[in-house]
Amino acid sequence: MMKIIVCLKQVPESQSVRLDPVTHNLQREGVKSIINPFDLYALEEGLRVREEHGGEVIVLSMGPPQAASALREALTYGADRAILLSDRAFAGADTWATAYTLAAAVRRLDGADLIFCGKQAIDGDTAQVGPELAAFLDIPHVAWARKLIFADTGLLQVERLLDHGYDLVEVQLPALITVVKEINTPRLPSFKAKLRAKSAQIPVWTAADLGLAAERVGFEGSFTRVVKVFPPPARGQRELLDGTPEEMAAALWARLRQWRGQ
Amino acid sequence: MTIRIAVDNCTGCGQCLAVCPFDALTLEDDKVVVNDACTLCGACVEVCEFEALSMPPEEAGQQPVPRPADGIWIFAEQRRGRLAPVALELLGEGRRLAEQLRVAVAAVLLGHNVQGLAEELIAGGADKVYVVDHPNLAEFLEEPYAAALTALSRRYGPEIILAGATYVGRAFIPRVAALLDTGLTADCTAFAIDPANHLLLQTRPAFGGNIMATILTPRSYPQMATVRPRVMKPWVAEHERQGEIIPVQLAELDQPWRCRFVQTISEITETVPLGEAEVIVAGGRGLQDAKNFRLLAELAELLGGAVGATRAAVDAGWISYQHQIGQTGKTVAAKLYIACGISGAAQHLVGMQSSDLIVAINRDPQAPIFQIADIGLVGDVFEILPALIQQIKANR
Ligand SMILES: Cc1cc2nc3c(=O)[nH]c(=O)nc-3n(C[C@H](O)[C@H](O)[C@H](O)COP(=O)(O)OP(=O)(O)OC[C@H]3O[C@@H](n4cnc5c(N)ncnc54)[C@H](O)[C@@H]3O)c2cc1C
Ligand SMILES: Nc1ncnc2c1ncn2[C@@H]1O[C@H](COP(=O)(O)O)[C@@H](O)[C@H]1O
Repeated sequence: MMKIIVCLKQVPESQSVRLDPVTHNLQREGVKSIINPFDLYALEEGLRVREEHGGEVIVLSMGPPQAASALREALTYGADRAILLSDRAFAGADTWATAYTLAAAVRRLDGADLIFCGKQAIDGDTAQVGPELAAFLDIPHVAWARKLIFADTGLLQVERLLDHGYDLVEVQLPALITVVKEINTPRLPSFKAKLRAKSAQIPVWTAADLGLAAERVGFEGSFTRVVKVFPPPARGQRELLDGTPEEMAAALWARLRQWRGQ
Repeated sequence: MTIRIAVDNCTGCGQCLAVCPFDALTLEDDKVVVNDACTLCGACVEVCEFEALSMPPEEAGQQPVPRPADGIWIFAEQRRGRLAPVALELLGEGRRLAEQLRVAVAAVLLGHNVQGLAEELIAGGADKVYVVDHPNLAEFLEEPYAAALTALSRRYGPEIILAGATYVGRAFIPRVAALLDTGLTADCTAFAIDPANHLLLQTRPAFGGNIMATILTPRSYPQMATVRPRVMKPWVAEHERQGEIIPVQLAELDQPWRCRFVQTISEITETVPLGEAEVIVAGGRGLQDAKNFRLLAELAELLGGAVGATRAAVDAGWISYQHQIGQTGKTVAAKLYIACGISGAAQHLVGMQSSDLIVAINRDPQAPIFQIADIGLVGDVFEILPALIQQIKANR
């Protein structure tokens, strides 16, 4: 039997978030909130481990009240239950404060054999929450997993991606694993789970429920401060070549030779 | 905690609503109201012309933390006795920052039988090199690497720690930051010093590169960041440079670890590794077929470069995943990037937009790739590429 916790985050769909370079206004036609795409692979892996070994999958998210909809969606894929960490005091959390809060929730759940996180969230793109959470829980973690093998020894073997290729490592449970998308192909929501998800209760835990002091969570608990947000710098002089394909190719090669020479 | 609102100053102009990435602001009776989605990113404070919005004050009564004395550290990533290129890039950036802060730069070398790399690090700009040589560090594992760097940091007290935003760096540095109770900024592309407060200004892309953010770690040490490879300039190696080599024993490392390296399964063998290629010729759905990637390979070979691809091309099975560039593929920063039949979706752009010179060939003049291209060619790749290849062969 495995007790599995999957951490997932609700994020704005990435393509729709863009600062207008001139007005600095946010262009966000049809901003949609979705489950962080990488977290769907984490969830799928949790479901597969449950199917193989028995046990339960708990999905956990910290976010504003509307993040409950991401958790409810996770239930439609087959998670057993969901818990939302939501409190005004959690707002403005950096990865340290997020992981610190998630850690308190995992403790309140009496821990787990396996915790899965996505490789990174597509809004912050940090990939930090998983390893930080493992540190707070004092359990080992393996990042960038693409395959899990349960050995007879009771150890978990993990194939994971590094800069030079793939390594095979072995880890004791309880452990935290962050997954890359090659690990599996997420399933579609099932009809039965959809029905169940509709009426499922999603408990909301606050800082007080977790016994956390306000100065350790959210903005106050965060060690980093965003001091400025701005659009990416515009690139240099843009140049369009014209003419026939042959003329364009010749002009381009002349440009590239000139550029190489400098 | 949310942003502070001075209702009397609010004119209901709505500027702040438009810049909020989180939909956290609304107007009620022509006055701005903030909801729980606020993450205190500060975008609205920047844009408000009427001083109606402000960041909440820092908690009163907080003692300023004394600044540690050991200057700037860079993590000298290595594998099996070979330095990762990013180590030397970090040293170059470390030197630049050290000059402004008037502190020393130290490299931290973790591994087994790696002493030989210390000289290279000194030539590359390190004033001193901490060497932790231990069999438990022979292969990369998150826990022992994090334990070693944490113990070193507690013992010597750096003010800043920089590491490469490589798979290795991003796998264990967050663990160190959590253990040291300090902030960490991911995947930075620029640094500056705030001279008034003696703090590191860390700039990084977020939201898939659509927004840049500058981040401070104002009340804890060390200030930590991972740094995108191939963005910073290495120091010009000075082989006569003198530096101190400090071997360190860490008793912490002798314990049995909860994780163990078994073996390397496969090395990514690319003739030219994408991450290190100076020239990349990349293709997208516009190439229409696997066999057309031969055109790209031919061009890449003529230019001494490598072939990249969009996810659409990889998903279509025209080329393997190892060539994929973008949010779910590799991040590259080539000197020359030639995008062929690529539309320029945000998820692709994040992986290649820090390349120096970007050339785009696309028959759709409206394709977003032209927004970031330095040189654009509107036309058919199947006409332009063969002509270009011919040009190069004829005029080399
Ligand atoms: C969570 C997530 C992660 C993603 N991660 C990545 C990623 O890591 N990397 C990535 O690349 N994408 C990624 N994507 C996909 C991305 O959104 C785009 O779908 C993809 O980049 C588009 O690839 P493309 O430009 O090849 O194809 P298209 O968008 O179909 O563009 C093809 C272009 O070719 C041009 N063209 C066609 N024929 C010719 C011709 N004969 N001559 C010249 N031009 C021609 C067309 O005008 C068009 O502009 C991700 C998406 C999601 C949702
Ligand atoms: N607010 C959150 N609630 C639950 N899980 C989260 C949250 N933020 C991040 N995570 C998890 O941590 C991973 C890495 O996120 P990040 O460090 O933000 O890139 C995500 O893929 C999630 O699995």
